[in-house]
Amino acid sequence: MTPIVDIEKIRTDFPILSDQIFGKPLIYFDNAATTQKPRCVLDKMTELYTTQNANIHRGVHHLSQLATAAHESARQTVADFIHANDAKEIIFTRGTTESINLVASCFSELCQADDEIVITQMEHHSNIVPWQMVAERKGLKLRVVPIDKKGDLRLDELEKLLNERTKMIAVTHVSNVLGTVNPIKKITALAHTQNIPVLVDGAQSVAHLPVDVQDLDVDFYVFSGHKIYGPTGIGVLYGKTAWLDKLPPYQGGGEMIENVTFEKTTFNKLPYKFEAGTPDFIGSVALATALDYISNIGLEQIAVYENELLAYATERMQAIPNMKIIGTAATKSGIISFQVGNIHHYDLGMFLDKTGVAIRTGHHCAQPLIESLGMTGTARISFALYNTKAEIDQFIEHLEHCISILN
Amino acid sequence: MTIEEKQQEIIDEFTIFEDWMDKYQYLVDLSKSLKPFPEEYRTDDNLIKGCQSRVWIFAVKKDGKINFYGDSDAIIVKGIVSLLINVFSGFTPEEILKADFNFIDEIGLKEHLSPTRSNGLLAMVKQMRLYALAFSAH
Repeated sequence: MTPIVDIEKIRTDFPILSDQIFGKPLIYFDNAATTQKPRCVLDKMTELYTTQNANIHRGVHHLSQLATAAHESARQTVADFIHANDAKEIIFTRGTTESINLVASCFSELCQADDEIVITQMEHHSNIVPWQMVAERKGLKLRVVPIDKKGDLRLDELEKLLNERTKMIAVTHVSNVLGTVNPIKKITALAHTQNIPVLVDGAQSVAHLPVDVQDLDVDFYVFSGHKIYGPTGIGVLYGKTAWLDKLPPYQGGGEMIENVTFEKTTFNKLPYKFEAGTPDFIGSVALATALDYISNIGLEQIAVYENELLAYATERMQAIPNMKIIGTAATKSGIISFQVGNIHHYDLGMFLDKTGVAIRTGHHCAQPLIESLGMTGTARISFALYNTKAEIDQFIEHLEHCISILN
Repeated sequence: MTIEEKQQEIIDEFTIFEDWMDKYQYLVDLSKSLKPFPEEYRTDDNLIKGCQSRVWIFAVKKDGKINFYGDSDAIIVKGIVSLLINVFSGFTPEEILKADFNFIDEIGLKEHLSPTRSNGLLAMVKQMRLYALAFSAH
């Protein structure tokens, strides 16, 4: 495989990376929370607002036609990016969280009391709470698949949990705390032998490894634009046509209707059925620009490169005394949670901040996981395609300095 | 020394620090000099739950003056707890209620006390005032 294209060239595409924080060069290692934006995405947003701003769909005038075409073309770009069968299987939402809420809310309408939803111990709150809320409303039960010591999902336990009451498996592709890459293909194969659909939270995977929803055979796949170099406020719900057709609409109003009378409303076809109100037609197109940007670099290349960063950082961190890396699954993405001796993660985060290094600390919106590990939080670094080994070296130097002060 | 004089002393001390590392190093040292938090006070009632770090605060009134006890599981937070306790312990409820807590801003630690920082410090300051208010009513 040819090496990743010129990393220094890539870095110049991201204006914020040349920033200084407290007089130190920014080292941005909080990519699992949000990624920085390449200039082409920023420029696209300005261009759209400057030259092409008009509400989409049903507009007869020229600008509206242009904006509509761009929005629908963005839908096709997303479909191609995750290898969906059809663009109508792509629903634009506000993000991963809204996508999961949509599915949980609509899917629960197909469930009976005592039906079961299977989630896992490593889920982000966004893939726990929406299910908990509908479980409460509909009398459903949540079942939780445990993880092993390394942070791998216990597939044997998952298999044991499945029964005729199981209606859905909702699982993350990559853990935002442990970095574990879950074996989605195995999970869907297992689930489908019992006709159970699988929803995959792709928030931490979509920007970091090639995703083919047909190959993975997932029934629903969700992600956020801002975690894949796109704007905030735009997200995606992919669903197989058969499932999306079966689900009732989520919100009412706007483009989701076919015909409205005071007596009865009939609903529009996919994907519009799920896009009530004016969609974020600037966000969708800017997201497509981001997807084109990383497609040009190549997801395979990005995955290889980020795995190199992961391996290098892991090796360097392990050489630090009293370093405990939380999450040591065999297959990981570029996320490293860690604890150094008894040093509080808040202290590490605050110290590193003053050296220009942005990391995340706390429970990472995965409180049940963190508590099951007997911790109150972790410090976490997470990589994107623009990070470098030189930054890791700098980070290690700053980290060692912080540790020496805090010990 | 009055509360204002104590605050001014801390502000003066902090002006000598040239960079953040020195400032934080000083807070680490301060955290070590904080008088031990009596274990019998380490109860849920005295715990202020931040999202990330936890703070314990307790106060007793003796001879008309309030003594504060505090602790945190994060060292930087504990250092700031130490500063606050050093400034406000040993004064009457009325003196504490009259004082302002702005010296934390002036020494550049304001961010730790912002409402978006879920470290328990802001709630701790409120709690110190509430203690003063409660004791002044007695």
